[in-house]
Amino acid sequence: MVALPALIRYAVRRLLEAVPILIGIVTFIFLLLHLAPGDPATAYFNPNVSPEIIDRMRENLGLDRPLHEQYLRWLRSFFTGDFGYSFSQHRPVADVIRDALPNTLLLSAVSLVLIFLVGCAVGTVQAVRQYSALDNVTTFVSLFVYSMPGFWLGLMLILAFSSPAMPEFLRLPISGVTSIDYEFMGPIERIVDRLRHLVLPSFALGIASAAGVARYMRGSLLEVISQDYIRTARAKGLSERRVILKHALRNALIPIVSLLGLYLPLLFGGSVVIEVVFSWPGMGRALYNAILARDYPVVMAASFLFGVLVLGANLLADLLYAVIDPRIRTD
Amino acid sequence: MLSRARRERGRETWRRFSRHRQAILGLALIVLLTGTALLAPALAPYDPDAQTDIVATRYQAPSVSHPMGTDRFGRDIFSRVLYGARISLSIGFLAILIAITLGTAIGAIAGFFGGRLDTVLMRGVDLVLSFPRLVLLVVLVALFEPSIALVTLVLGLTGWMGVSRIVRGQVLTVREMEFVTAARVLGFGRTRILARHVLPNVLTPVIVAATLGIGNTILAEAALSFLGLGVQPPTASWGNMVASGRDAMLDAWWITTFPGLAIVFTVMAFNLVGDGLRDALDPRRVS
Repeated sequence: MVALPALIRYAVRRLLEAVPILIGIVTFIFLLLHLAPGDPATAYFNPNVSPEIIDRMRENLGLDRPLHEQYLRWLRSFFTGDFGYSFSQHRPVADVIRDALPNTLLLSAVSLVLIFLVGCAVGTVQAVRQYSALDNVTTFVSLFVYSMPGFWLGLMLILAFSSPAMPEFLRLPISGVTSIDYEFMGPIERIVDRLRHLVLPSFALGIASAAGVARYMRGSLLEVISQDYIRTARAKGLSERRVILKHALRNALIPIVSLLGLYLPLLFGGSVVIEVVFSWPGMGRALYNAILARDYPVVMAASFLFGVLVLGANLLADLLYAVIDPRIRTD
Repeated sequence: MLSRARRERGRETWRRFSRHRQAILGLALIVLLTGTALLAPALAPYDPDAQTDIVATRYQAPSVSHPMGTDRFGRDIFSRVLYGARISLSIGFLAILIAITLGTAIGAIAGFFGGRLDTVLMRGVDLVLSFPRLVLLVVLVALFEPSIALVTLVLGLTGWMGVSRIVRGQVLTVREMEFVTAARVLGFGRTRILARHVLPNVLTPVIVAATLGIGNTILAEAALSFLGLGVQPPTASWGNMVASGRDAMLDAWWITTFPGLAIVFTVMAFNLVGDGLRDALDPRRVS
């Protein structure tokens, strides 16, 4: 009961610390888009559009106002959740976000689970069999995977899974979130269908990071294994399996939790490319399409949300760390 | 005396590095890649942009005359991969140079002068780090006309934060050491102490970060070019070559496959060398 208030105090402090960064993010995006040459209305420069119309658009967008006034309006609109209107999709930006955000969160969450499961498993095997042939081969393979561009891996997966040589039962969907006949499926079939659509994108998105986690896990577990209490556990006559699983793994996993804050931003960034490759209707693809269409309200809202997501990921990582390791809370 | 000690240490580092088999493999790969990039005009069997008789030569599978096949314009993929190496490697090197210069300067100033300046600079780092790098890149590039110079600059401007954190941490330790106090007692100015006494002693981790950073930079450039926001066709870059094969991927797998493999091996080479350097330069990691 003594520990709980300390943890809550820590959480509140971290949340309060996040507020100035949040304002920083909003300001940064504002400055970025106003430092660039031209303004959103120039996207409509076209011999067929009269200058009067462009001027009226500027007026509608508030671009004729003084900079500080625009900035205040911009701040207010973000804290009220009013992101403006999407030129290219002809609907409020909030609607665009509402459709896209859950897909990105789902993809990232599945990928994250994959990263940590695969990474920790591989790293543990490597550490337990240090310098064995298995260790050397997996280390080399992880380095190869780690050096792979996600978009290329995605395309190679698509190539492999659409090849006629692939047996029917191994076929996996290569694009989208659901199948065409999703409407006519029963509830369980629907879940299976969604899961099957997640396999390839989440693999392509996360596997490089899994290789990174494996490397950390290997190092972390090796360090723990060399400590005195592990020797004690072995001296007690515990089986090697028990020593590793019950005693070593627990402590080796502590630093791995902090990797969450490192790899979640990487996943969000990677989602831009992976969502384009797999036609996954999430935030990354929304941002990309908005950029191609010069749809500034969506670009601004999406980059803001990516910033919020990273901030949230860091907060989550810190809190988890504080839950696991009580020493963190006091300093 | 000092220079001899330094030479001694350099030799020791090389000895440890050269025992690292994977690092030597990486180094050999980098030498090979840089060599082929430099000699691309002599080595490439065809002009990378030439479209001779499209109808007859396009979409040819790998063969003796075209080891990696041809693309939809009948251009030789192998020649384009060689020329693409020049683009990817020079962007990688230049961008990382910008990044470590910026990162070292900002980190050193923050760590050495401390106080409010330190707080402001490090909050700046936090701010830039709160965007996924690729999101920042995509948005920055999209505000201007994409070009090789812009891509290089933007990659440099989004890659310095890690280095600045490392340098700041190192400077904080080094500035409390006795030889710095000695320099201060001797009456040297702060700029001189920072440049001549502190900085040379924090560069080791920067070298490692730079080597590992080149791989990431090349990956980021490839992703940008793949999305059509980086190097613009017809100039060959590995990223835009992968993208150009996307439409006909099922019929002509070689167009996307080979440039992608070039990316993987290049990035892997830099990661191998970076790992080797880290192990060799870190005295605690004596095996």
